[in-house]
Amino acid sequence: MTSPTFSRRELLRLGAAAGGGLLVALQLPVSARALMGAPVDAFVPNAFVRVARDGAVTVIVNKAEMGQGVLTSLCMQLAEELDADWSRVHGEFAPVDPVYAHPGYGIQMTGGSTSTLGMGEPMRRAGAAARAVLVDAAAMRWGVPASECSTAVGRVLHAASGRALDYGELVDDAATLPVPADVPLKDPARFTLVGKPTHRLDTPDKVAGRAVFGLDVDLPGMRVALVAHPPTFGGRAKSFDAGAALAIPGVERVFDVGSGVAVVADGFWAAKRGRDALVIEWDEGPNASLSSDELAARYLELARTPSDLVARRDGDAEAALASAHDTYTVEYELPYLAHAPMEPLNCVVDLRADAMELWIGTQFQTLDHAAAAATAGLPPDEVRLHSTFLGGGFGRRANPVSDYVVEAVKVAKGTGAPIKLMWTREDDTRGGYYRPMWTSRLRAGLDADGALVAWAHTIVGQSFIKGTPFEGFIIHDGIDGTSVEGAEDLPYAIPNVRVDLHTTDVAVPTLWWRSVGHSHTAFVVESFLDELAHASHRDPLALRRELLVGHDRHLGVLERAAQEAGWGTPPQPGHARGLAVHFSFESYVAMVFEVAAVDGRVRPVKVDVAVDCGRMVNPDTIRAQLEGAVGFGLTATLYSAITLKDGRVEQGNFHDYKLLRVHEMPEVRVHLVASDAPSTGIGEPGVPPVAPAFCNALFALTGRRVRRLPLRDEDLRA
Amino acid sequence: MTIHFTVNGRAVSVDGDPSRPLLWVLRETLQLTGTKFGCGAAQCGACTVHVDGRARRSCVLPVLSLEGTAVTTIEGLAGEVGDALVRAWTELDVPQCGWCQTGQIMSAAALLSERREPSDAEIDVGMSGNACRCATYVRIRKAIHRASALLKGGAR
Ligand code: FES
Ligand code: FES
Repeated sequence: MTSPTFSRRELLRLGAAAGGGLLVALQLPVSARALMGAPVDAFVPNAFVRVARDGAVTVIVNKAEMGQGVLTSLCMQLAEELDADWSRVHGEFAPVDPVYAHPGYGIQMTGGSTSTLGMGEPMRRAGAAARAVLVDAAAMRWGVPASECSTAVGRVLHAASGRALDYGELVDDAATLPVPADVPLKDPARFTLVGKPTHRLDTPDKVAGRAVFGLDVDLPGMRVALVAHPPTFGGRAKSFDAGAALAIPGVERVFDVGSGVAVVADGFWAAKRGRDALVIEWDEGPNASLSSDELAARYLELARTPSDLVARRDGDAEAALASAHDTYTVEYELPYLAHAPMEPLNCVVDLRADAMELWIGTQFQTLDHAAAAATAGLPPDEVRLHSTFLGGGFGRRANPVSDYVVEAVKVAKGTGAPIKLMWTREDDTRGGYYRPMWTSRLRAGLDADGALVAWAHTIVGQSFIKGTPFEGFIIHDGIDGTSVEGAEDLPYAIPNVRVDLHTTDVAVPTLWWRSVGHSHTAFVVESFLDELAHASHRDPLALRRELLVGHDRHLGVLERAAQEAGWGTPPQPGHARGLAVHFSFESYVAMVFEVAAVDGRVRPVKVDVAVDCGRMVNPDTIRAQLEGAVGFGLTATLYSAITLKDGRVEQGNFHDYKLLRVHEMPEVRVHLVASDAPSTGIGEPGVPPVAPAFCNALFALTGRRVRRLPLRDEDLRA
Repeated sequence: MTIHFTVNGRAVSVDGDPSRPLLWVLRETLQLTGTKFGCGAAQCGACTVHVDGRARRSCVLPVLSLEGTAVTTIEGLAGEVGDALVRAWTELDVPQCGWCQTGQIMSAAALLSERREPSDAEIDVGMSGNACRCATYVRIRKAIHRASALLKGGAR
């Protein structure tokens, strides 16, 4: 861990200011183990790239590929500076090694939409250093000054003599030469690859079904394990009768692993039937009466008293409210949400007496590796973790307590053979680590001219950062930054602002969920602003324009989305538009949503999305992430809620935790706003504006203001 | 009891629990892991394969029901429809995480085999059983239209 006050913005500052000062060192991996499998006849200038004798370039990617396109975009940035032949470049997932740590958080991880921001420049430097050595090797071979050589498409060229050498032909010479510590980077104006729409490197394998995800890993003699989890959070098995389970052909072992009762079998179906046949008496523990309805009532009570933990204080909001001409008070409620990655959670473990290997699609290599080693009682050096593709992550595969990894190692300890721990869809839906439930109470004051003079926002919800290694980075003065992000940095020019936080203590395990705090704050802030615009008879775009003076990048995306959507022109009869703009993960996204009344129901029709995420790396990936974010955000808006009754999660599979389907997907038009600012996040920033833009459009169409997600049937009547 | 059928043209005989779903025969016994598990309850389409040319959810198909059938998985998807889909899916970079995509392609193949030029409404019906958490639906729709154009000879 590098700095107790590290934030994304800090990372951005470091990246922009340092020009070589980023915390990623370009040495080789610390552990020799990390190099195992690397061909000996390759040129390996640093931990991020290998050039083989046949000219193939392997880029070592330290990030999890979970759909966001990072495998391709990091390869592009390295290849750009290397002047590699892009058709010869492929990516490989990094082993666990300190050299692959996140430059801000000091551990190997993928999250917070920080991959491009944090790793873009180190990848470029790694490529530039490799290129410099290859140029030196060619220059020596030819006996000419390196300054007379140039590079293009995987070759070193000497224009004066018309000579050229493929990188592959220089591998042996380059391997003997020193690698310069600091090499100047290209002027972005000279980029030939970065900034151009580029096909994803992982597409062909994913289309063919060849890409290997954790669940696809198979080892000789491997068994499959399912665990029967307690029906309540904090429960455990008091006793169990394994007789019927063990009678099922293929079921081999049944034992308690603490988090539940494991059934180990020769395949999934036997394990599933065995688990179904188990008779378990549960000690339901202290949370057997938890109810989300009761929690919601408690949260509303709490929200009605501002907290002493103040995240933002400008002027005196209470006094301004007291003297305001008009005041508005509203309450917004959002539910627990499951991540529901399409590939259910899993982990493959091969535990031997003195060593262990794991195969897992994870966002948290360092922590999963350490937790696995500790659970096995092995020194970390004897544990090797292989990263696979992730069938979706959305934060669920970044758990500081490595829940299912620890469980898998415990199962392996009790089995004596390689095991694949699988969670079924029901296990995943009911297994906890949800986006927290949130309640917000907002009060606003307008003066006699209708100007917004006071804004007071009280937020109620759980902290999932408390007690984790991230506490020092994210919790300041008792305030969890992930609870208030998107609210405490309210961009609107209002003279009196107060944002405060009640952190609740509830036994439901919670975690970051794609866009984290912004997944609730954007909905609340952008909806309420819309309410105030309508209350003061102003156009929602005009009000935002007025209040965003000086916030040029907010305004840039807002104006672009509005213009592309034809804001200000009358929509088709039976249609209406709503807008939202939000800044998150250092990127700016505005959306104008168009909805229509079809057969008595409000339907999403079209979204115009404008984005400014700094200098673009792969514009096609930016488009794809925003298209996907619209569907992901709409799923949460229309369908998603995890509710609890008698301590039990009421949802189980996709019939009651629904996902948006193709016929519900609106047309998405993505508008890219050019920028020379540093490249920033794109995996998450598209999600926050979806719910408010949709609900603001719903209001424009029906006059019905929705302050609770997901929408109910009656909310959508038209 | 032994059940006989073919998978991608190869003869297969399966013993053991006749209630075991085809999905696990494919993934665990035959190592054909291109067919994915998402829900186990015919809710998501990740496990879609063709049985005698029709799209079926392999997670709920007991091997018992397969006697004498011909099963095709993503690994065996061939012919002009398959080629057109793979090309369209690749050109448009449809997959994000990728987990649902082979199931999407198998459903799309069944759709295109019946309707060479599906309308948007027909795509809605043919594809609504396939969920995508990454919500790649915009490109799935485009790719089906593109594959349809390729089949018509609209290839560039
Ligand atoms: S796994 Fe078969 S439909 Fe979901
Ligand atoms: S591409 Fe991720 S679930 Fe469809």
